[in-house]
Amino acid sequence: MSAAAPRVAIVGAGPAGARAAEMLVAAGLTPVVIDEGARAGGQIYRRPPPGFTRPPGKLYGSEADKAVALHVAFDTMAAAGRLVHHPASSVIAIAEGRLLVLDEAGSRWIGYDSLILATGAMDRVLPVPGWESAGVFTLGAMQIALKAQGAALGRRLALAGTGPLLTLLAAQLVEAGAEVAAVLDTTPLRRQFAGLAGLAARPGVALRGLALRRRIAGLYHAGARLERIEADARGPVAVHWRDGAGRAQRTACDAVGLGWHLRAETRLADLAGCDFAFDETWRQWLPQADETGRARPGLYLAGDSVRILGADGAEIAGRLAAAACLADLGLPAPDCAADLRRLGRMSRFARGLAAAFPWPAEAAATAPDETVICRCEGVTAGALRGSVAMGGDEINRAKALGRVGMGRCQGRYCEPAAAEIVGRAAGRHDARAAGRLRGQAPARPAPVGALLSTPPES
Amino acid sequence: MNAAADSAGGRLVRLAETGRAPLRFFLDAVAHEALAGDTVLSAVLSVAPALRRSEFGPESRAGFCLMGACQDCWMWREDGPRLRACSTLVTDGMRLLSDAPGDWP
Repeated sequence: MSAAAPRVAIVGAGPAGARAAEMLVAAGLTPVVIDEGARAGGQIYRRPPPGFTRPPGKLYGSEADKAVALHVAFDTMAAAGRLVHHPASSVIAIAEGRLLVLDEAGSRWIGYDSLILATGAMDRVLPVPGWESAGVFTLGAMQIALKAQGAALGRRLALAGTGPLLTLLAAQLVEAGAEVAAVLDTTPLRRQFAGLAGLAARPGVALRGLALRRRIAGLYHAGARLERIEADARGPVAVHWRDGAGRAQRTACDAVGLGWHLRAETRLADLAGCDFAFDETWRQWLPQADETGRARPGLYLAGDSVRILGADGAEIAGRLAAAACLADLGLPAPDCAADLRRLGRMSRFARGLAAAFPWPAEAAATAPDETVICRCEGVTAGALRGSVAMGGDEINRAKALGRVGMGRCQGRYCEPAAAEIVGRAAGRHDARAAGRLRGQAPARPAPVGALLSTPPES
Repeated sequence: MNAAADSAGGRLVRLAETGRAPLRFFLDAVAHEALAGDTVLSAVLSVAPALRRSEFGPESRAGFCLMGACQDCWMWREDGPRLRACSTLVTDGMRLLSDAPGDWP
Protein backbone atom coordinates (compact mmCIF):
# COMPACT_ATOMS: atom_id res chain seq x y z
CA MET A 1 0.00 0.00 0.00
CA SER A 2 1.46 3.37 -1.00
CA ALA A 3 -0.39 5.66 1.41
CA ALA A 4 -0.47 4.81 5.11
CA ALA A 5 -3.43 2.60 6.02
CA PRO A 6 -6.29 4.57 7.56
CA ARG A 7 -6.39 4.47 11.33
CA VAL A 8 -9.79 3.37 12.66
CA ALA A 9 -10.46 3.54 16.39
CA ILE A 10 -13.32 1.60 18.00
CA VAL A 11 -14.50 2.44 21.51
CA GLY A 12 -16.09 -0.60 23.15
CA ALA A 13 -15.47 -4.33 22.74
CA GLY A 14 -18.98 -5.61 23.29
CA PRO A 15 -21.05 -7.22 20.53
CA ALA A 16 -21.09 -4.04 18.39
CA GLY A 17 -17.42 -3.11 18.78
CA ALA A 18 -16.16 -6.67 18.31
CA ARG A 19 -18.15 -7.25 15.11
CA ALA A 20 -17.12 -3.87 13.74
CA ALA A 21 -13.50 -4.78 14.39
CA GLU A 22 -13.95 -8.11 12.65
CA MET A 23 -15.23 -6.49 9.46
CA LEU A 24 -12.39 -3.96 9.41
CA VAL A 25 -9.83 -6.71 9.95
CA ALA A 26 -11.36 -8.69 7.08
CA ALA A 27 -10.82 -5.60 4.90
CA GLY A 28 -7.13 -5.58 5.80
CA LEU A 29 -7.16 -2.75 8.37
CA THR A 30 -5.72 -2.95 11.88
CA PRO A 31 -8.27 -1.22 14.12
CA VAL A 32 -7.44 0.07 17.57
CA VAL A 33 -10.05 -1.15 20.09
CA ILE A 34 -10.28 0.70 23.40
CA ASP A 35 -12.48 -0.94 26.02
CA GLU A 36 -13.16 -0.52 29.73
CA GLY A 37 -13.47 -4.26 30.29
CA ALA A 38 -10.51 -6.40 31.28
CA ARG A 39 -11.53 -8.87 28.56
CA ALA A 40 -13.60 -8.30 25.41
CA GLY A 41 -17.30 -9.17 25.49
CA GLY A 42 -19.03 -6.09 26.86
CA GLN A 43 -21.52 -6.28 29.69
CA ILE A 44 -23.92 -8.84 28.23
CA TYR A 45 -21.17 -11.28 27.29
CA ARG A 46 -18.90 -10.24 30.15
CA ARG A 47 -16.33 -12.87 31.11
CA PRO A 48 -15.22 -13.78 34.63
CA PRO A 49 -11.55 -13.27 35.51
CA PRO A 50 -9.14 -16.09 34.60
CA GLY A 51 -9.44 -19.14 36.86
CA PHE A 52 -13.23 -19.30 37.01
CA THR A 53 -14.68 -22.62 35.88
CA ARG A 54 -18.43 -22.39 35.17
CA PRO A 55 -19.07 -23.36 31.53
CA PRO A 56 -20.57 -20.81 29.09
CA GLY A 57 -23.99 -22.47 29.29
CA LYS A 58 -24.12 -21.60 32.97
CA LEU A 59 -23.00 -18.03 32.39
CA TYR A 60 -24.96 -17.05 29.31
CA GLY A 61 -27.85 -19.56 29.14
CA SER A 62 -29.52 -19.67 25.73
CA GLU A 63 -27.02 -17.10 24.43
CA ALA A 64 -23.91 -19.17 25.24
CA ASP A 65 -23.02 -20.00 21.63
CA LYS A 66 -23.20 -16.33 20.60
CA ALA A 67 -21.08 -15.28 23.57
CA VAL A 68 -18.38 -17.86 22.88
CA ALA A 69 -18.35 -17.04 19.15
CA LEU A 70 -17.81 -13.37 19.94
CA HIS A 71 -15.05 -14.05 22.47
CA VAL A 72 -13.22 -16.42 20.16
CA ALA A 73 -13.48 -14.08 17.17
CA PHE A 74 -12.06 -11.17 19.14
CA ASP A 75 -9.33 -13.10 20.96
CA THR A 76 -8.18 -14.69 17.71
CA MET A 77 -7.76 -11.30 16.03
CA ALA A 78 -6.00 -9.83 19.06
CA ALA A 79 -3.61 -12.79 19.38
CA ALA A 80 -2.71 -12.58 15.70
CA GLY A 81 -1.98 -8.86 15.93
CA ARG A 82 -4.79 -8.07 13.48
CA LEU A 83 -6.11 -5.46 15.88
CA VAL A 84 -4.64 -3.44 18.75
CA HIS A 85 -6.57 -4.03 21.97
CA HIS A 86 -6.42 -1.57 24.88
CA PRO A 87 -8.39 -3.27 27.70
CA ALA A 88 -9.22 -1.62 31.03
CA SER A 89 -8.97 1.75 29.29
CA SER A 90 -11.43 4.66 29.19
CA VAL A 91 -11.72 7.32 26.51
CA ILE A 92 -12.22 10.48 28.56
CA ALA A 93 -12.00 13.21 25.92
CA ILE A 94 -12.08 13.67 22.15
CA ALA A 95 -10.17 16.36 20.30
CA GLU A 96 -9.91 16.78 16.54
CA GLY A 97 -8.80 13.34 15.38
CA ARG A 98 -7.50 12.29 18.80
CA LEU A 99 -8.82 10.32 21.78
CA LEU A 100 -7.56 10.92 25.31
CA VAL A 101 -7.27 7.45 26.81
CA LEU A 102 -6.96 6.78 30.54
CA ASP A 103 -5.70 3.55 32.03
CA GLU A 104 -4.00 2.51 35.24
CA ALA A 105 -0.64 3.80 34.01
CA GLY A 106 -1.89 7.28 33.14
CA SER A 107 -3.30 9.00 30.07
CA ARG A 108 -2.20 9.41 26.46
CA TRP A 109 -3.53 10.56 23.11
CA ILE A 110 -4.36 8.09 20.36
CA GLY A 111 -4.92 9.53 16.90
CA TYR A 112 -7.53 8.28 14.43
CA ASP A 113 -8.88 8.93 10.96
CA SER A 114 -12.27 7.25 11.54
CA LEU A 115 -14.02 6.61 14.83
CA ILE A 116 -16.64 3.98 15.70
CA LEU A 117 -18.35 4.48 19.06
CA ALA A 118 -19.90 1.32 20.55
CA THR A 119 -20.17 2.40 24.16
CA GLY A 120 -23.23 0.37 25.16
CA ALA A 121 -25.84 1.22 27.74
CA MET A 122 -26.47 1.21 31.46
CA ASP A 123 -29.48 0.59 33.69
CA ARG A 124 -32.04 3.37 33.76
CA VAL A 125 -33.05 3.98 37.35
CA LEU A 126 -36.10 5.53 38.99
CA PRO A 127 -35.07 7.07 42.31
CA VAL A 128 -37.08 5.66 45.20
CA PRO A 129 -36.81 7.01 48.76
CA GLY A 130 -34.02 4.97 50.37
CA TRP A 131 -32.24 4.00 47.15
CA GLU A 132 -29.11 5.82 48.33
CA SER A 133 -28.41 3.26 51.06
CA ALA A 134 -25.66 0.67 50.80
CA GLY A 135 -27.10 -2.56 49.45
CA VAL A 136 -29.23 -1.00 46.71
CA PHE A 137 -27.80 -1.85 43.30
CA THR A 138 -28.83 -1.78 39.67
CA LEU A 139 -30.23 -4.96 38.14
CA GLY A 140 -27.18 -4.94 35.87
CA ALA A 141 -24.92 -4.91 38.92
CA MET A 142 -26.65 -7.97 40.33
CA GLN A 143 -26.25 -9.75 37.02
CA ILE A 144 -22.57 -8.83 36.80
CA ALA A 145 -21.97 -10.10 40.35
CA LEU A 146 -23.58 -13.39 39.42
CA LYS A 147 -21.95 -13.79 36.01
CA ALA A 148 -18.45 -12.49 36.68
CA GLN A 149 -18.06 -13.33 40.37
CA GLY A 150 -20.48 -16.21 41.05
CA ALA A 151 -22.09 -14.22 43.85
CA ALA A 152 -25.34 -12.67 45.04
CA LEU A 153 -25.20 -9.17 46.51
CA GLY A 154 -27.38 -10.15 49.49
CA ARG A 155 -29.02 -13.02 51.29
CA ARG A 156 -32.56 -12.06 50.35
CA LEU A 157 -32.99 -9.97 47.22
CA ALA A 158 -35.90 -7.79 46.12
CA LEU A 159 -35.88 -6.82 42.44
CA ALA A 160 -37.89 -3.91 41.06
CA GLY A 161 -38.23 -2.08 37.78
CA THR A 162 -39.43 -3.12 34.37
CA GLY A 163 -38.10 -4.60 31.14
CA PRO A 164 -36.59 -7.86 29.98
CA LEU A 165 -33.63 -7.81 32.37
CA LEU A 166 -35.94 -7.86 35.41
CA THR A 167 -37.38 -11.25 34.50
CA LEU A 168 -34.14 -12.67 33.13
CA LEU A 169 -32.09 -11.73 36.19
CA ALA A 170 -34.71 -13.06 38.59
CA ALA A 171 -34.73 -16.43 36.81
CA GLN A 172 -30.91 -16.54 36.71
CA LEU A 173 -30.62 -15.76 40.42
CA VAL A 174 -33.20 -18.38 41.39
CA GLU A 175 -31.47 -20.97 39.25
CA ALA A 176 -28.09 -20.15 40.82
CA GLY A 177 -29.52 -20.71 44.30
CA ALA A 178 -30.02 -17.12 45.46
CA GLU A 179 -33.06 -16.26 47.55
CA VAL A 180 -35.31 -13.84 45.64
CA ALA A 181 -37.98 -12.31 47.87
CA ALA A 182 -40.06 -10.59 45.19
CA VAL A 183 -39.94 -9.34 41.59
CA LEU A 184 -41.83 -6.05 41.38
CA ASP A 185 -42.67 -4.95 37.84
CA THR A 186 -44.02 -1.41 37.70
CA THR A 187 -45.79 -2.17 34.41
CA PRO A 188 -49.35 -3.55 34.64
CA LEU A 189 -50.04 -6.66 32.56
CA ARG A 190 -52.55 -4.84 30.33
CA ARG A 191 -49.80 -2.42 29.30
CA GLN A 192 -47.42 -5.31 28.62
CA PHE A 193 -49.98 -6.77 26.20
CA ALA A 194 -49.99 -3.47 24.31
CA GLY A 195 -46.46 -4.19 23.08
CA LEU A 196 -47.30 -7.66 21.77
CA ALA A 197 -47.57 -6.61 18.14
CA GLY A 198 -43.96 -5.43 18.13
CA LEU A 199 -42.75 -8.45 20.09
CA ALA A 200 -44.09 -10.72 17.33
CA ALA A 201 -41.14 -9.52 15.21
CA ARG A 202 -38.95 -11.98 17.14
CA PRO A 203 -41.33 -14.71 18.35
CA GLY A 204 -38.56 -16.97 19.65
CA VAL A 205 -37.18 -14.28 21.93
CA ALA A 206 -40.67 -13.35 23.14
CA LEU A 207 -41.42 -17.01 23.95
CA ARG A 208 -38.13 -17.35 25.87
CA GLY A 209 -39.19 -14.35 27.93
CA LEU A 210 -42.53 -15.94 28.72
CA ALA A 211 -40.83 -19.19 29.75
CA LEU A 212 -38.58 -17.24 32.12
CA ARG A 213 -41.62 -15.48 33.54
CA ARG A 214 -43.16 -18.87 34.34
CA ARG A 215 -40.06 -19.86 36.30
CA ILE A 216 -40.53 -16.95 38.70
CA ALA A 217 -44.33 -17.10 38.70
CA GLY A 218 -44.80 -17.08 42.46
CA LEU A 219 -42.44 -14.15 42.94
CA TYR A 220 -43.56 -11.88 40.11
CA HIS A 221 -45.97 -8.98 40.65
CA ALA A 222 -47.07 -6.82 37.73
CA GLY A 223 -48.37 -3.29 38.20
CA ALA A 224 -46.45 -2.73 41.44
CA ARG A 225 -45.91 0.80 42.68
CA LEU A 226 -42.76 1.38 44.75
CA GLU A 227 -43.14 3.59 47.79
CA ARG A 228 -39.81 3.39 49.59
CA ILE A 229 -36.87 1.24 50.61
CA GLU A 230 -36.75 0.90 54.37
CA ALA A 231 -33.13 0.79 55.54
CA ASP A 232 -31.12 0.80 58.74
CA ALA A 233 -27.44 1.69 59.21
CA ARG A 234 -26.39 -1.54 57.52
CA GLY A 235 -28.64 -1.31 54.47
CA PRO A 236 -32.08 -2.30 53.19
CA VAL A 237 -34.52 -4.02 55.54
CA ALA A 238 -37.63 -4.04 53.35
CA VAL A 239 -39.30 -2.64 50.25
CA HIS A 240 -42.67 -0.94 50.73
CA TRP A 241 -44.89 -1.10 47.68
CA ARG A 242 -48.51 -1.20 46.52
CA ASP A 243 -49.80 -4.09 44.51
CA GLY A 244 -51.92 -3.83 41.37
CA ALA A 245 -55.06 -3.55 43.52
CA GLY A 246 -53.53 -0.68 45.54
CA ARG A 247 -52.96 -2.70 48.72
CA ALA A 248 -49.92 -1.78 50.83
CA GLN A 249 -47.24 -4.49 50.86
CA ARG A 250 -43.94 -4.86 52.70
CA THR A 251 -41.30 -7.30 51.46
CA ALA A 252 -38.41 -8.02 53.81
CA CYS A 253 -34.99 -8.14 52.11
CA ASP A 254 -31.37 -7.15 52.66
CA ALA A 255 -30.57 -6.01 49.12
CA VAL A 256 -32.54 -4.33 46.35
CA GLY A 257 -31.93 -4.35 42.60
CA LEU A 258 -33.45 -1.54 40.49
CA GLY A 259 -33.67 -1.07 36.74
CA TRP A 260 -36.14 0.31 34.21
CA HIS A 261 -34.81 -0.96 30.92
CA LEU A 262 -31.67 0.72 29.64
CA ARG A 263 -30.21 4.14 29.05
CA ALA A 264 -27.79 4.63 26.16
CA GLU A 265 -24.22 5.67 27.09
CA THR A 266 -23.95 8.71 24.84
CA ARG A 267 -21.28 10.86 26.47
CA LEU A 268 -18.59 10.29 23.84
CA ALA A 269 -21.06 10.78 20.98
CA ASP A 270 -21.83 14.14 22.58
CA LEU A 271 -18.15 15.06 22.90
CA ALA A 272 -17.67 14.02 19.25
CA GLY A 273 -20.27 16.58 18.23
CA CYS A 274 -23.27 14.40 17.34
CA ASP A 275 -26.73 15.91 17.10
CA PHE A 276 -29.30 14.52 19.54
CA ALA A 277 -33.06 14.07 19.34
CA PHE A 278 -35.57 13.05 21.98
CA ASP A 279 -36.89 9.57 21.18
CA GLU A 280 -40.47 9.18 22.34
CA THR A 281 -40.36 5.38 22.38
CA TRP A 282 -37.33 5.04 24.61
CA ARG A 283 -38.05 8.38 26.28
CA GLN A 284 -34.47 9.53 26.16
CA TRP A 285 -32.16 11.69 24.07
CA LEU A 286 -30.29 9.67 21.48
CA PRO A 287 -27.50 10.68 19.08
CA GLN A 288 -28.55 10.93 15.47
CA ALA A 289 -27.15 8.72 12.73
CA ASP A 290 -28.36 7.13 9.52
CA GLU A 291 -29.54 3.51 9.50
CA THR A 292 -25.97 2.23 9.12
CA GLY A 293 -24.85 4.26 12.14
CA ARG A 294 -23.11 7.03 10.20
CA ALA A 295 -23.34 10.26 12.18
CA ARG A 296 -21.13 11.96 9.58
CA PRO A 297 -18.32 10.70 7.36
CA GLY A 298 -15.60 9.52 9.73
CA LEU A 299 -17.87 9.11 12.79
CA TYR A 300 -20.05 6.03 13.32
CA LEU A 301 -22.28 4.86 16.18
CA ALA A 302 -23.19 1.25 16.82
CA GLY A 303 -25.07 -0.84 19.33
CA ASP A 304 -27.05 0.13 22.40
CA SER A 305 -25.30 3.51 22.60
CA VAL A 306 -27.35 4.74 19.64
CA ARG A 307 -30.33 2.33 19.37
CA ILE A 308 -31.23 0.04 22.25
CA LEU A 309 -31.71 -3.24 20.39
CA GLY A 310 -29.83 -5.64 22.67
CA ALA A 311 -26.89 -7.88 21.86
CA ASP A 312 -28.14 -9.43 18.60
CA GLY A 313 -28.99 -6.01 17.21
CA ALA A 314 -25.62 -4.70 18.38
CA GLU A 315 -23.70 -7.34 16.40
CA ILE A 316 -25.59 -6.30 13.26
CA ALA A 317 -25.12 -2.61 13.99
CA GLY A 318 -21.39 -3.14 14.47
CA ARG A 319 -21.07 -4.73 11.04
CA LEU A 320 -23.15 -1.98 9.42
CA ALA A 321 -21.09 0.78 11.01
CA ALA A 322 -17.85 -0.86 9.87
CA ALA A 323 -19.21 -1.25 6.34
CA ALA A 324 -20.20 2.43 6.26
CA CYS A 325 -16.73 3.33 7.53
CA LEU A 326 -15.05 1.23 4.82
CA ALA A 327 -17.24 2.72 2.10
CA ASP A 328 -16.42 6.27 3.25
CA LEU A 329 -12.71 5.40 3.20
CA GLY A 330 -13.12 4.28 -0.41
CA LEU A 331 -12.45 0.66 0.45
CA PRO A 332 -14.53 -2.31 -0.72
CA ALA A 333 -17.40 -2.97 1.69
CA PRO A 334 -19.63 -6.03 1.79
CA ASP A 335 -23.27 -5.83 0.76
CA CYS A 336 -25.38 -5.01 3.81
CA ALA A 337 -28.90 -5.49 2.50
CA ALA A 338 -29.53 -8.60 4.63
CA ASP A 339 -28.17 -6.96 7.76
CA LEU A 340 -30.32 -3.89 7.17
CA ARG A 341 -33.42 -6.11 6.93
CA ARG A 342 -32.44 -7.88 10.14
CA LEU A 343 -31.87 -4.56 11.87
CA GLY A 344 -35.37 -3.46 10.86
CA ARG A 345 -36.83 -6.54 12.54
CA MET A 346 -34.72 -5.90 15.67
CA SER A 347 -35.98 -2.31 15.75
CA ARG A 348 -39.63 -3.36 15.56
CA PHE A 349 -39.06 -5.81 18.40
CA ALA A 350 -37.18 -3.28 20.53
CA ARG A 351 -39.86 -0.65 20.06
CA GLY A 352 -42.42 -3.26 21.09
CA LEU A 353 -40.38 -3.93 24.23
CA ALA A 354 -40.09 -0.23 25.00
CA ALA A 355 -43.86 0.14 24.60
CA ALA A 356 -44.58 -2.96 26.69
CA PHE A 357 -42.23 -1.96 29.54
CA PRO A 358 -42.39 1.83 29.77
CA TRP A 359 -40.35 4.20 31.88
CA PRO A 360 -42.70 5.38 34.69
CA ALA A 361 -42.42 9.06 33.82
CA GLU A 362 -45.28 10.10 36.07
CA ALA A 363 -43.75 8.42 39.13
CA ALA A 364 -40.46 10.20 38.40
CA ALA A 365 -42.08 13.61 37.88
CA THR A 366 -44.04 13.30 41.13
CA ALA A 367 -41.27 11.80 43.31
CA PRO A 368 -41.78 12.90 46.94
CA ASP A 369 -39.68 15.92 47.95
CA GLU A 370 -37.54 13.84 50.33
CA THR A 371 -36.44 11.44 47.58
CA VAL A 372 -32.73 11.67 46.86
CA ILE A 373 -32.44 12.26 43.09
CA CYS A 374 -28.67 12.74 42.80
CA ARG A 375 -27.25 9.67 44.50
CA CYS A 376 -23.67 10.97 44.22
CA GLU A 377 -24.25 14.07 46.32
CA GLY A 378 -27.56 13.42 48.07
CA VAL A 379 -29.56 16.22 46.37
CA THR A 380 -33.30 15.69 46.91
CA ALA A 381 -36.30 16.14 44.62
CA GLY A 382 -37.38 19.05 46.82
CA ALA A 383 -34.03 20.80 46.39
CA LEU A 384 -34.17 20.21 42.64
CA ARG A 385 -37.66 21.76 42.49
CA GLY A 386 -36.18 24.70 44.44
CA SER A 387 -33.51 25.10 41.74
CA VAL A 388 -36.22 25.28 39.11
CA ALA A 389 -37.97 28.00 41.10
CA MET A 390 -34.70 29.99 41.13
CA GLY A 391 -34.55 29.99 37.33
CA GLY A 392 -33.33 26.47 36.59
CA ASP A 393 -36.15 25.54 34.24
CA GLU A 394 -33.71 23.81 31.91
CA ILE A 395 -31.66 20.87 33.14
CA ASN A 396 -28.21 22.43 32.66
CA ARG A 397 -29.24 25.52 34.60
CA ALA A 398 -30.83 23.35 37.29
CA LYS A 399 -27.49 21.52 37.47
CA ALA A 400 -25.56 24.77 37.87
CA LEU A 401 -27.91 25.97 40.60
CA GLY A 402 -28.51 22.76 42.51
CA ARG A 403 -25.74 20.31 41.52
CA VAL A 404 -28.02 17.54 40.24
CA GLY A 405 -25.93 15.96 37.48
CA MET A 406 -22.67 17.45 38.73
CA GLY A 407 -21.60 14.50 40.86
CA ARG A 408 -19.15 11.78 40.01
CA CYS A 409 -21.51 9.77 37.79
CA GLN A 410 -22.03 12.98 35.77
CA GLY A 411 -25.77 12.57 35.59
CA ARG A 412 -25.78 9.04 34.25
CA TYR A 413 -28.14 7.77 36.96
CA CYS A 414 -30.07 10.91 37.99
CA GLU A 415 -30.74 12.57 34.63
CA PRO A 416 -33.78 10.55 33.48
CA ALA A 417 -35.74 11.31 36.66
CA ALA A 418 -34.28 14.80 37.09
CA ALA A 419 -35.42 15.74 33.59
CA GLU A 420 -38.97 14.63 34.39
CA ILE A 421 -38.95 16.67 37.60
CA VAL A 422 -37.49 19.78 35.97
CA GLY A 423 -39.92 19.52 33.04
CA ARG A 424 -42.89 19.20 35.40
CA ALA A 425 -41.77 21.86 37.86
CA ALA A 426 -41.20 24.30 35.02
CA GLY A 427 -44.87 23.91 34.14
CA ARG A 428 -44.33 21.81 31.04
CA HIS A 429 -45.47 18.30 30.86
CA ASP A 430 -42.48 16.23 30.00
CA ALA A 431 -38.79 15.56 30.15
CA ARG A 432 -38.13 16.71 26.60
CA ALA A 433 -38.83 20.33 27.62
CA ALA A 434 -36.07 20.12 30.26
CA GLY A 435 -33.43 19.47 27.60
CA ARG A 436 -30.47 17.18 28.15
CA LEU A 437 -27.29 17.49 30.18
CA ARG A 438 -24.40 18.68 28.02
CA GLY A 439 -21.50 16.26 28.01
CA GLN A 440 -18.29 17.46 29.58
CA ALA A 441 -14.79 16.01 29.44
CA PRO A 442 -13.45 14.05 31.20
CA ALA A 443 -16.15 11.45 30.51
CA ARG A 444 -14.91 9.51 33.55
CA PRO A 445 -13.25 10.90 36.68
CA ALA A 446 -9.51 11.14 36.09
CA PRO A 447 -6.69 11.72 38.57
CA VAL A 448 -5.13 15.15 38.02
CA GLY A 449 -1.71 13.51 37.98
CA ALA A 450 -2.72 11.34 35.03
CA LEU A 451 -3.76 14.42 33.05
CA LEU A 452 -0.70 16.53 33.93
CA SER A 453 1.63 13.85 32.66
CA THR A 454 -0.12 13.20 29.33
CA PRO A 455 2.58 12.77 26.69
CA PRO A 456 1.99 14.26 23.22
CA GLU A 457 0.27 12.07 20.63
CA SER A 458 2.30 9.07 19.63
CA MET B 1 -15.68 4.88 63.29
CA ASN B 2 -15.22 3.54 59.82
CA ALA B 3 -17.94 2.39 57.47
CA ALA B 4 -16.79 -1.16 57.16
CA ALA B 5 -16.34 -2.17 60.77
CA ASP B 6 -19.47 -0.81 62.42
CA SER B 7 -21.69 -3.71 61.50
CA ALA B 8 -20.44 -7.25 61.60
CA GLY B 9 -20.55 -9.56 58.62
CA GLY B 10 -20.59 -9.17 54.88
CA ARG B 11 -23.48 -8.91 52.44
CA LEU B 12 -22.07 -10.91 49.52
CA VAL B 13 -23.20 -14.52 49.21
CA ARG B 14 -20.96 -16.84 47.21
CA LEU B 15 -23.08 -19.13 45.04
CA ALA B 16 -20.42 -20.68 42.80
CA GLU B 17 -16.69 -20.67 41.96
CA THR B 18 -15.68 -21.26 45.56
CA GLY B 19 -12.76 -23.57 44.68
CA ARG B 20 -10.40 -20.69 43.87
CA ALA B 21 -7.15 -20.16 45.75
CA PRO B 22 -7.49 -18.12 48.94
CA LEU B 23 -5.52 -14.92 49.46
CA ARG B 24 -5.20 -12.40 52.25
CA PHE B 25 -6.04 -8.69 52.17
CA PHE B 26 -6.34 -5.97 54.80
CA LEU B 27 -9.39 -3.78 55.36
CA ASP B 28 -8.74 -0.92 57.76
CA ALA B 29 -5.66 -2.82 58.99
CA VAL B 30 -7.58 -6.01 59.78
CA ALA B 31 -6.62 -9.15 57.85
CA HIS B 32 -9.35 -11.00 55.91
CA GLU B 33 -9.47 -13.81 53.40
CA ALA B 34 -10.64 -13.46 49.79
CA LEU B 35 -10.42 -15.69 46.71
CA ALA B 36 -8.14 -15.17 43.71
CA GLY B 37 -10.24 -13.48 41.01
CA ASP B 38 -12.41 -11.54 43.45
CA THR B 39 -12.85 -7.90 42.65
CA VAL B 40 -12.02 -5.58 45.52
CA LEU B 41 -15.77 -5.02 45.80
CA SER B 42 -16.50 -8.74 46.17
CA ALA B 43 -13.65 -9.22 48.63
CA VAL B 44 -14.72 -6.35 50.89
CA LEU B 45 -18.46 -7.03 50.71
CA SER B 46 -17.84 -10.66 51.65
CA VAL B 47 -16.60 -9.47 55.05
CA ALA B 48 -18.30 -6.05 55.48
CA PRO B 49 -21.67 -4.50 54.58
CA ALA B 50 -20.17 -1.48 52.83
CA LEU B 51 -17.07 -0.17 51.07
CA ARG B 52 -16.96 3.40 52.32
CA ARG B 53 -18.89 6.25 53.86
CA SER B 54 -20.86 8.70 51.71
CA GLU B 55 -19.32 12.18 51.63
CA PHE B 56 -22.75 13.82 51.37
CA GLY B 57 -25.04 11.86 53.68
CA PRO B 58 -25.11 9.65 56.74
CA GLU B 59 -25.30 6.40 54.81
CA SER B 60 -22.46 4.14 53.81
CA ARG B 61 -21.91 2.97 50.24
CA ALA B 62 -21.45 -0.49 48.76
CA GLY B 63 -21.23 0.17 45.03
CA PHE B 64 -24.19 0.52 42.69
CA CYS B 65 -23.61 -0.36 39.02
CA LEU B 66 -20.56 -2.68 39.12
CA MET B 67 -19.64 -1.59 35.58
CA GLY B 68 -17.59 1.53 36.11
CA ALA B 69 -20.36 4.03 35.36
CA CYS B 70 -21.62 5.23 38.75
CA GLN B 71 -18.31 5.89 40.57
CA ASP B 72 -19.91 4.83 43.88
CA CYS B 73 -17.25 2.28 44.80
CA TRP B 74 -14.03 4.29 45.09
CA MET B 75 -11.89 3.12 48.02
CA TRP B 76 -8.52 4.17 49.34
CA ARG B 77 -5.30 2.20 49.44
CA GLU B 78 -3.07 2.68 52.44
CA ASP B 79 -0.25 3.78 50.15
CA GLY B 80 -2.27 6.62 48.69
CA PRO B 81 -4.02 6.08 45.36
CA ARG B 82 -7.72 5.39 45.15
CA LEU B 83 -9.22 2.55 43.18
CA ARG B 84 -12.63 1.65 41.75
CA ALA B 85 -13.54 -1.48 43.70
CA CYS B 86 -15.83 -2.98 41.06
CA SER B 87 -13.22 -3.06 38.33
CA THR B 88 -10.03 -3.82 40.29
CA LEU B 89 -9.07 -7.36 41.24
CA VAL B 90 -7.94 -7.86 44.83
CA THR B 91 -4.33 -9.00 45.17
CA ASP B 92 -2.54 -10.85 47.92
CA GLY B 93 -1.45 -8.46 50.64
CA MET B 94 -3.51 -5.50 49.34
CA ARG B 95 -4.16 -2.93 52.06
CA LEU B 96 -7.47 -1.04 51.73
CA LEU B 97 -9.14 1.75 53.67
CA SER B 98 -12.88 2.42 53.89
CA ASP B 99 -12.26 6.05 54.75
CA ALA B 100 -9.81 8.72 53.59
CA PRO B 101 -6.35 8.45 55.13
CA GLY B 102 -5.68 11.00 57.86
CA ASP B 103 -3.65 13.33 55.65
CA TRP B 104 -6.32 13.51 52.91
CA PRO B 105 -7.10 17.23 52.32
